[in-house]
Amino acid sequence: MSTSDAVWSEQNTTPDKIEAALRKLLAERHAESESFLPARVLNMIAFVEDEWSGEIANRLRGVGRYAASRLIVLSYDPKRRQIDARVSVASEQNPEPGQLAVLRETVIVRVGERHLDDLLTIADPLVVTDLPTLLWSPHGHPEAVDELLSLAQAALIDSIDEPVWRDALDRACRLSEQLYVVDLAWLRSTPWRERVAAAFDPPTMRPELHTLNAVTVRHHPDSTVAAMLLLGWLASRLHWKLAHAEIVSSDRHGGVLGGRAHTNDHEVKLQLRADASLDVPGLAGVELHSASGLSLRLDRGPGGLHAYRDDGSGHEREWTVLGASRGEAGILGEGIRQALLRDPTYGPALAAAQEMLPDGQALVS
Amino acid sequence: MAAQPGQPTAEPQPENPLTAGLERMPVAPTTLVIFGATGDLARRKLLPALYNLAHDGALPERFHLVGVSRQEKAHEDYRAECEEAIRTFSRRTPDENVLKRLLDEVKYVPGVFDDDSVYSELAKVLDGFEDSGSDPLNRAFYLSTAPEFFPVIVEKLGDSKLNEHESAEVRLIIEKPFGTSLEEARELNRRVLAIFEEQQIFRIDHYLGKETVQNLLAFRFANGMFEPLWNRNYIDYVQITAAEDLGIGTRAGYYDHAGALRDLIQNHMLQLLCHVAMEPPVSFTAEEVRNEKVKVLHSIPQPKPQNVDELAVRAQYGPGHAGGEDVVGYLEEKGVAKASTTETYAAIRLEVDNWRWAGVPFYIRTGKRLARKITEIAVTLKPVPHLAFSEGGSLGVQPNQLVLTVQPNEGVSLRLGAKIPGTRMKIRPVNMEFLYGTSFLSQSPEAYERLITDAMRGDATLFTRNDEVEAQWQICDPIVGTWEDTPGPLHQYEAGSQGPSEADKLLLDDHRWRAI
Repeated sequence: MSTSDAVWSEQNTTPDKIEAALRKLLAERHAESESFLPARVLNMIAFVEDEWSGEIANRLRGVGRYAASRLIVLSYDPKRRQIDARVSVASEQNPEPGQLAVLRETVIVRVGERHLDDLLTIADPLVVTDLPTLLWSPHGHPEAVDELLSLAQAALIDSIDEPVWRDALDRACRLSEQLYVVDLAWLRSTPWRERVAAAFDPPTMRPELHTLNAVTVRHHPDSTVAAMLLLGWLASRLHWKLAHAEIVSSDRHGGVLGGRAHTNDHEVKLQLRADASLDVPGLAGVELHSASGLSLRLDRGPGGLHAYRDDGSGHEREWTVLGASRGEAGILGEGIRQALLRDPTYGPALAAAQEMLPDGQALVS
Repeated sequence: MAAQPGQPTAEPQPENPLTAGLERMPVAPTTLVIFGATGDLARRKLLPALYNLAHDGALPERFHLVGVSRQEKAHEDYRAECEEAIRTFSRRTPDENVLKRLLDEVKYVPGVFDDDSVYSELAKVLDGFEDSGSDPLNRAFYLSTAPEFFPVIVEKLGDSKLNEHESAEVRLIIEKPFGTSLEEARELNRRVLAIFEEQQIFRIDHYLGKETVQNLLAFRFANGMFEPLWNRNYIDYVQITAAEDLGIGTRAGYYDHAGALRDLIQNHMLQLLCHVAMEPPVSFTAEEVRNEKVKVLHSIPQPKPQNVDELAVRAQYGPGHAGGEDVVGYLEEKGVAKASTTETYAAIRLEVDNWRWAGVPFYIRTGKRLARKITEIAVTLKPVPHLAFSEGGSLGVQPNQLVLTVQPNEGVSLRLGAKIPGTRMKIRPVNMEFLYGTSFLSQSPEAYERLITDAMRGDATLFTRNDEVEAQWQICDPIVGTWEDTPGPLHQYEAGSQGPSEADKLLLDDHRWRAI
């Protein structure tokens, strides 16, 4: 919640005037108190549909300290003829002697269809030079994204938003060729990847990784792509060759997708199973089996992931792997933070996931 | 016959391919035992740190906590105490599900630390965690007790064979202070190393867990622009300050025996000096980093008793003003002996006699009840050799100064000379600042979160090695000894002030203490 806010707004304005207003507000705030200092971490450009801009604003408010230091919202209403803008320079703290009060800048620029070809010249003067810029277009609009790409170093996407699996993965792949992609569908699987990695981290467990022969991923019906990415991760890390998956069953809840991976010496049976009982996007469970009889299962649960292990020789164990749910706001915040990092494993996982796309038909997640 | 999953194999195993790209590396399943589990450190720091690690999913996939302390109480009562401590001191509001499940795994063993039955009971509890499966759990024993119990606990752990655990790691985490003199530190090392191997021992200096202290190494060794200047040819002097605006609070019992030099200089501030002065390590492994730090400590001449007056100043705060209120002097603080000669302020001048630093004084000062709270390292460069500006224009020229602020407002500031706007060539110093608070999205974890995780992972980079702690004492011991042999009277400084004026006598040439 902002406790200190300075605002400027103007109708029928220009990028130059908006940028001048930003500079003036920052100078005024610093003159007001030397404790006010602008955050200089990350620019974020969000291209949003005007009628949903309130919902996006709420989502961005939820990210807390992971807010970009300068947020530029291009709020799109096709019928709009002129550019209107609102600038706020806000701090969540009141300056205390000897303490910093970090300022964050939000620029909302309302644009119409006639501005789409000029988005670059509208946004460019507004980003802080030399800071990385993250681009987010939560309502699609690839044409706007393409127009703004040269301004950004990272793009924030959510592959589960695309209704067609192939389109989702192809789009992520194309973007990855041009800039760093932060995929919320991938970030939702982080705790799962961490825990699977941890389960096989003891040196005595590592050989089991190379004898895995079956993996099942349960997922929200709309999150098939997230499950594909998890399997793509396993495949790319363990050098599996993925074959096209097949739809085993399909119903309005998403059904079951079956697939296979090949290692040098054996086959790995893969299954992606929609779980209609999961009420949040992402994964519901992961189950891995190895040739030695080891079976490891992780299920989403309160307070963390519920783990079950049977080592194939009569020893069974269940426990909870502690960890708080990050919630969708936490995932979005993590996505913004990740724009400043680089995960070298996403690209190979994405490429592997593409290999398992079922042939042909338009596939709906 | 092939080994069962989780069973030891004789062959070396390949790297885990699944850890690539993960920000958090896996920590092996561990049981953490805290001795002194009802103490202030456990309540304020360790338990909240453990909760926050659990919240972030950073604890091992299987984790158990056992508290050991003298007070008789049931497991449930100790769990309730843990809950209260976490709710009070955690940096974030607890998630009820995570908190409940973390506490579900907590056990308590009561008893005095020299009683064999404590350790047999502890062994039963630890074995109980492993009854249900085949994987042995690593064990970490955290000594958070008064220091006099450290050797007792260690020896009892040895007697009861808890210093080893087949097919798993056993680690010993020892809180500061590691001895109160060189002799004590050596004796403690001798007794601990008789039971545990050095690689099992993690001596805590929580300053090393602070992000900004770690950033010193990144700052020096990840930026090409500073290293060419980082030597006696360009640096005039280095000043390290750890000032506190508060008095001793409720710590009189400890502080009146320790004093400022033992409390901060012997450990934290010498570590800061090492980070400033060390050579680039070959790699950032525990041994390489610590080797370089030890070389720095060995390069510092041990003060001779007859020179202590020239190299060190001590003082005690008297009554004064702090935070807009009148405050009492040290001798009037609750729990302090009326004739105490414990120093609440200490300043020393050291030299690092090696190729890089010969002739560059390192000034270190710390004190309670000073003007404000700040920990910083100020590196002052030599003046430029010639000023071509007219006399008036040169007046404002000051040597460049690089200030690394550890707390609060963590950051780096570089003082530069710049022309004052106008028709005349007049110069004044300006600051170019980098502030953590404005440059990163993430919140720094508490130092104890990092240190506990590292200890459980067996990474000793941020812990003090046996030779390191002894080398630190070799520098401080002659000063402590001389001061104890000549108990007083001490210089006084007004509470809320810059400290005693007598500290100025340590400064060479035209060097100046920075304003606190």
